[in-house]
Amino acid sequence: MVEPVLQIDNLVKSFGALRATDGITLDLKPGEIHALIGPNGAGKSTLIHQICGTLKQDSGTIRLAGEDIGALSAAARARRGLGRTFQVSSLAPEFSALRNVMLAVQARQGSSFGFFRPVMRDRSLIDPAMAILERVGLSDRARLPAAELSHGERRQLEIAMALALQSKALLLDEPMAGMGPEGSKRLTGFLDTLRQEAPILLVEHDMDAVFALADRISVLVYGRIIATGTVEDIRRDPAVRTAYLGDHA
Amino acid sequence: MVLTRENAVNLTLAVLLLAVPLAASALGQPFYITLATRIAILALAALGLNLALGLGGMVSFGHAAFFGIGGYAAGILASHALSGEPLLFDLSGTAQMPIIWLVAVIAAGLVALAIGALSLRTSGVYFIMITLAFAQMVYYFAISWPAYGGEDGLSIAVRNQFPGTNTMRPLNFFFVAYAVLLAGIGLFALIRASRFGAALVATRQNEIRVAALGIDPYRIRLAGFVISAMITALAGALYADLNRFVSPSMLAWHMSGELIVLIILGGTGRLFGPLAGAALYVAFEFALGGLTERWQFFLGLILLGVVLFARGGLLGLLAGKTKHG
Amino acid sequence: MTISLALEQLLNGIQLGVMLFLMSAGLTLIFGVMGLINLAHGSLYMVGAFACAAVAALTGSFWLGLVASLACAAAAGAIVELLVIRRLYDRDHLDQVLATFALILIFSEGTRWLFGSFPLYLDIPPLLQGAVALPGDATYPVYRLAIIAVGALVALGLYLLIGKTRLGMRIRAGESDREMIGALGVDIRTLYTLVFALGSALAGLAGAIVGPLQSVQVGMGEPVLILAFVVIVIGGIGSIKGALIGALLVGITDTLGRLLLPQLLTLFMDPSQAGMIGGAAASMLIYVVMAVILSVKPRGLFPPAHA
Ligand SMILES: Nc1ncnc2c1ncn2[C@@H]1O[C@H](COP(=O)(O)OP(=O)(O)OP(=O)(O)O)[C@@H](O)[C@H]1O
Ligand SMILES: [Mg+2]
Repeated sequence: MVEPVLQIDNLVKSFGALRATDGITLDLKPGEIHALIGPNGAGKSTLIHQICGTLKQDSGTIRLAGEDIGALSAAARARRGLGRTFQVSSLAPEFSALRNVMLAVQARQGSSFGFFRPVMRDRSLIDPAMAILERVGLSDRARLPAAELSHGERRQLEIAMALALQSKALLLDEPMAGMGPEGSKRLTGFLDTLRQEAPILLVEHDMDAVFALADRISVLVYGRIIATGTVEDIRRDPAVRTAYLGDHA
Repeated sequence: MVLTRENAVNLTLAVLLLAVPLAASALGQPFYITLATRIAILALAALGLNLALGLGGMVSFGHAAFFGIGGYAAGILASHALSGEPLLFDLSGTAQMPIIWLVAVIAAGLVALAIGALSLRTSGVYFIMITLAFAQMVYYFAISWPAYGGEDGLSIAVRNQFPGTNTMRPLNFFFVAYAVLLAGIGLFALIRASRFGAALVATRQNEIRVAALGIDPYRIRLAGFVISAMITALAGALYADLNRFVSPSMLAWHMSGELIVLIILGGTGRLFGPLAGAALYVAFEFALGGLTERWQFFLGLILLGVVLFARGGLLGLLAGKTKHG
Repeated sequence: MTISLALEQLLNGIQLGVMLFLMSAGLTLIFGVMGLINLAHGSLYMVGAFACAAVAALTGSFWLGLVASLACAAAAGAIVELLVIRRLYDRDHLDQVLATFALILIFSEGTRWLFGSFPLYLDIPPLLQGAVALPGDATYPVYRLAIIAVGALVALGLYLLIGKTRLGMRIRAGESDREMIGALGVDIRTLYTLVFALGSALAGLAGAIVGPLQSVQVGMGEPVLILAFVVIVIGGIGSIKGALIGALLVGITDTLGRLLLPQLLTLFMDPSQAGMIGGAAASMLIYVVMAVILSVKPRGLFPPAHA
């Protein structure tokens, strides 16, 4: 059996009386896209936040490549190799698209304490950043401030920044949201090529995308995973059909 | 460098600041030389704060502490140099500005490291109030510690020296201050354009995103805070030499407020904002002070007007909105 | 050191704490409800003191002065809120700091204009002159005890106001959810003006009652304001309960520190040196306490849940 890249055991998180994460166990294997689906408010984003360290779990463990990262800060986890996108785009709004990606490249190089060399003349930042913008199809928007990009472009920029980190695992929180059918289709194709670079934990409501991409699907309802399996398993699972998929399937 | 409108305004400011004392010296009006020196030094102090506030978004209401520490470094070292008493163990005082500056910058850097390490665990209003409170702690310490004049302050009998020039001549001292200001502006520009600057500015814009990239916002802010304090302390050392006097008033919270005011008057986060603000402020003080004893009343009204209605400051007015690369 | 001296200093500490509570209650309420940091709060303290001193001098009655101080501070607060402060609620803290800093300049110079640069003096009202006996044949001024009583009454009053009245309910709603109380149909602008005036009146009251203990002069509000900041940072910004406990902690620590630290140091060094170092250390003590509390609880002892 292959060693999972990301291994989550028995994770629990409560907001007051609400158990938003209720004993979740889940893993992410090399080369796979593991989709996480579930109704609104099921606790998907809350789970991503805990894995990345923006929220602290109440109990349970999170392992990345075998190392327990559950007590590290968000920044330390990112340095260990967790790349993520946010459900609501989170960028440096005054920076251009290029500088946003350059910041990620700089972070990957682990060198934010350079004081004298101007970044805008630093080819070791600009070139890789431009290459990534090219890949996500944003190179002609490179000089525009992030705040002036369209919604879809901001989503793409988020993915570009996550890519620039060359992470061991990618956590994408609803990358298709608000992209429109055309954009979703393009992004689906793109993510498909990505799984070899890093396995992806994909939170997504767009079922066409999920069924097209996922190697495995986990279904999250009220903070618990009620089923995990292949696309076929999940389509057939009666509990999933009643709890979630309903007429969509 | 491209001659944008902002660069043109900046260049004009720098040239004007140089021209005024030269003209004043030619016309035998030393008072204006002192005025220009004051502008240069206050601009440097505000430039330091601007690194924390403008670039890093850290509204420090305690930078008077660093300004005053710089001032006391100059005063204390000079007084020991004069009396010949050793300062600590065998170390003696000195009247050499470069050494004084070094001591000022290191001392302020250490204090800023301590204050910053605690204050930066919080944010928002907490940060404002805590920096204010710690600066006040330094202030009360200076007042109640009698060895260096306590409440009365400390005089510097002879202005400290800079190799190769007679600093007692106002114009020479102006040149020293002006050169340090230009160097400070250059350093600020370098830092802003650097990797560290990118991380600092991004931390102000979106701390969570920066952390998600693997850059620790706390460490970036702390480094920015310390550098900022060091620049302000250097200005403090010069200020003490300008007045040949240092007192707890340099540490008082009014001073912290004034430094923020300078930045806002000039334009937050802009390279020449502090200089524009300092020039405007000293000009107000001089012009209004000549008209009425109650000039601070009108300064308050003007400041209120700027905050409520003209948020770009002077440079916003002259050079338009900032551009971001 | 005798027991009676310690008791006397303890009471002084409580009295300082009570005065700080009056200041910080307003500050923390204004921050909690409107999200505003108000540096000019010390100016309202000064307004209260000057109003009390001026009216007392004119009429010969401290009590009329006290009423005037409440009225003037509340009115000044309301006017400032209507003209300036309400434009700042949506601004960032930096703008709030600057605008209220500007207000300090205006208030201070304006007061100097009206009253000149010389301090005014207030007498303790005849009713409260004299002293009571403390155990161990010491005495303690009645007036200072009265201040403590006023503080206790105000604390109780605030507790009832916020916990038990309709206005208090709206204030609590405003703290937790500004949109919601708008939706409830509460006129939020009027509520804000009321809260600001209430906070100002408390500051004015504080200024008036310490008037007889020290001189009434321009700039008197600023040291108190900064202590009040320390108080609410320790207590948790937005929490009245935190303000009360923080104020007593700061008042007592400061007063007893000044008494005890120099004495403690005489155990280790000669008295003149102990006096000097102890004095300097005592002046820093409350900030050290603040630093220690913050390093354990960065949001203060009683951080409001919603913040
Ligand atoms: N900081 C918080 N405090 C209190 N409750 C929260 C907090 N964050 C999330 N919740 C609650 O936790 C539950 C899970 O929220 P979460 O955002 O994780 O859902 P989700 O599955 O991502 O939903 P969606 O599909 O709408 O994005 C919701 O009921 C939400 O209201
Ligand atoms: Mg979500």
